[in-house]
Amino acid sequence: MRASLFITCYNDTLFPETGRAVVKLLERLGIELDFRTEQTCCGQMHANTGFRGEAFSLAKRFIQLYGQTELVVIPSSSCVAMIRDQYPGLIEELGSDSLRREFAALLPRIYELSEFLIDQLNLEDVNAYFPHRVTYHASCHGVRSLHLGDRPYRLLSRVRGLTLLTLPNVDRCCGFGGTFSVKNADVSSAMLAAKLQDVVSTDAEYCTALDNSCLMHLGGAMHRQYQGMKVIHLAEILASTDSSLKGGRG
Amino acid sequence: MSESVTERLSPKRSRLDPEFAPPFPEAALPILRDPQVRKNVAHATDVIQAKRGKLVIEKTDWRQLREAASAIRSHALENLGAYLEEFELRCTAAGGIVHWASDAGEARQIILELLRQENASSVIKIKTMTSAEIQLNSHLQAAGVEVFETDLAEIILQLGDEEPSHIVVPALHMNRSQVREIFSRRMGLEGLSDDPEALTAAARNYLRDKFLKIPTAIGGANFLIAESGSVVVVESEGNGRMCLTVPRTLITLAGIEKVLPRFRDLEVMLQVLARSATGERMNPYTSMWTGIKPDDGPQHFHVVLLDNGRSSILARKTERQTLKCIRCAACMNTCPVYRQTGGHAYGSVYPGPIGAILTPQLERMKHAQSLPFASSLCGACYEVCPVKINIPEVLIELRAQVVDGERHNLKRLLDPIYLGMKVASFVFQKAWRFRMAQLLGRKALRFFTRRDGWIHSLPSLGAKWTQTRDLRGFPDQTFRGWWAAERGSRNGRV
Repeated sequence: MRASLFITCYNDTLFPETGRAVVKLLERLGIELDFRTEQTCCGQMHANTGFRGEAFSLAKRFIQLYGQTELVVIPSSSCVAMIRDQYPGLIEELGSDSLRREFAALLPRIYELSEFLIDQLNLEDVNAYFPHRVTYHASCHGVRSLHLGDRPYRLLSRVRGLTLLTLPNVDRCCGFGGTFSVKNADVSSAMLAAKLQDVVSTDAEYCTALDNSCLMHLGGAMHRQYQGMKVIHLAEILASTDSSLKGGRG
Repeated sequence: MSESVTERLSPKRSRLDPEFAPPFPEAALPILRDPQVRKNVAHATDVIQAKRGKLVIEKTDWRQLREAASAIRSHALENLGAYLEEFELRCTAAGGIVHWASDAGEARQIILELLRQENASSVIKIKTMTSAEIQLNSHLQAAGVEVFETDLAEIILQLGDEEPSHIVVPALHMNRSQVREIFSRRMGLEGLSDDPEALTAAARNYLRDKFLKIPTAIGGANFLIAESGSVVVVESEGNGRMCLTVPRTLITLAGIEKVLPRFRDLEVMLQVLARSATGERMNPYTSMWTGIKPDDGPQHFHVVLLDNGRSSILARKTERQTLKCIRCAACMNTCPVYRQTGGHAYGSVYPGPIGAILTPQLERMKHAQSLPFASSLCGACYEVCPVKINIPEVLIELRAQVVDGERHNLKRLLDPIYLGMKVASFVFQKAWRFRMAQLLGRKALRFFTRRDGWIHSLPSLGAKWTQTRDLRGFPDQTFRGWWAAERGSRNGRV
């Protein structure tokens, strides 16, 4: 099977280890991966901040770049949500009929990583080994937009050596929200403090998620506060196969 | 009451007047530093949310109920003009008098005029957020009319000179020891305990006299029924029922969006409202009446239908859904932002997610422009909304309007977010520009990166991030750099 990787702008720049883990994992599962070097950003940040015209040109760019691919895998739930929830409205308002058709054809071929593993590959056990205590943060877009449901838990429960710990208030927002975190920095910080309290209460070694933006937020606070805990993208857990692999940030 | 009285006193300005309220981030600050308010808000919303959660799960047809509620409200709004006229016709035929107010000032004028006709020097009131929207109390008082709230929470706020922070539980930011202090001070009750029963008894004593002596009441409406001309008020305490039955004259103030086509629509609406609002299967008091009935209940009945910006919301495709709201407040009870800030930070009588979209629109996007940004877009509000208002979608639409409105404002050139967005948009158009920006960004941030590889402090907008979080420094190699080095020659580009 062939799949094209949309790594997303911030993973590319700030969290390349997540991208490397996705490559390692999917190639281990026999997927032939392609990386289009023309890719940049899906436009989520612009759309959510009110820059609709700019978001539209990035949406158009994305659709044209991936129009000819078989499948697109994206290791970021909020970017997938942007494409599914906001592209239709942007195209409706600013786009052409041909773009609408192109998008309609592309949309069913777009997968968030855990959707790709479970829905497309029918896999729960990816032969991963990660001997640590882990808690899972269900990012807002993963829960309420993509409806990932128990997919991440099914994947995590099959990782050898891993102890999965329940996160209280699992679907409550960490307070990141893109530009919200700087436009409303104080409120965002208060939300983060509440979230971190829940995360720390699990006594996990790692907090994982399917979206590095939440993890950047949580990990940034963990590092600031000298919490004995790290954040790690789920892809990195699934990619690790032996105890020598050390992941995580913070 | 005379004209000179009206002229002499000017109404007290509310902290919740969107025209004068500080922007959300600024208004939130003192609350974030108030552990008592935050504790009260978190506790109260947790309790209501947990109750709601249980009652939604037990309802096996909740999804269908929600679909039906949404469809009923959408249909009513799409045919609003016709249903309002039908309501007016039926209500008038039953002895009510319907007045139309295009804005807050007109509504206040109509109500004042009605009170003058009644020679009313005082009124009792049922809890109504619409009257708070038009700042009715302060204007009535400035015109020499004494106003007595009868809803327990509203009494607390009125006697404590406080503002509502929630649309269903307006005194949610206060706890019972604060209530005890206010009652004890304002009712002259030394030694009053903070036992809920004692507090309720004190309020009951205070109220009984008002109910018996004041013959004029002002209330709101949860629903207006077009086919019968009926008005529906749901409440928990029974004080509303007293106001609706004991006085001689009743004035109902209602937003034009409150109309439902048929009586039987209540079957759906009352089920979703009680479960969503207070986590009850049914609210304790549901009052419905149609016009007047000789020798039973109020003999003069007026309905003031308020537009105040609503018809302009109705005209807009994405935003129209805002008017489906039935004011259950489930969105604020679940909102992680509201949980931290409570209601006052929103600078409006309508706080929380629904307030963040409703207030700026009622203000015709002239004020409250920080509110559409007062959300992390987590979507919890949409998930619980019993009439399926896609609040995040409307928030994003309003954000775009705010940004579009500033396109010709030169001050935006000093706004780091505006500049950042423009630069990012230029950069993301071409992959080579993006690669260049990654390179430059890494070089620039190296200056701020400590030996441990983390950034602890940034200037300008970055300082907003580093005030509470560190940021890991840029890695030496981007993903695309790694890919090019590893596979570029083999299968890089298709």
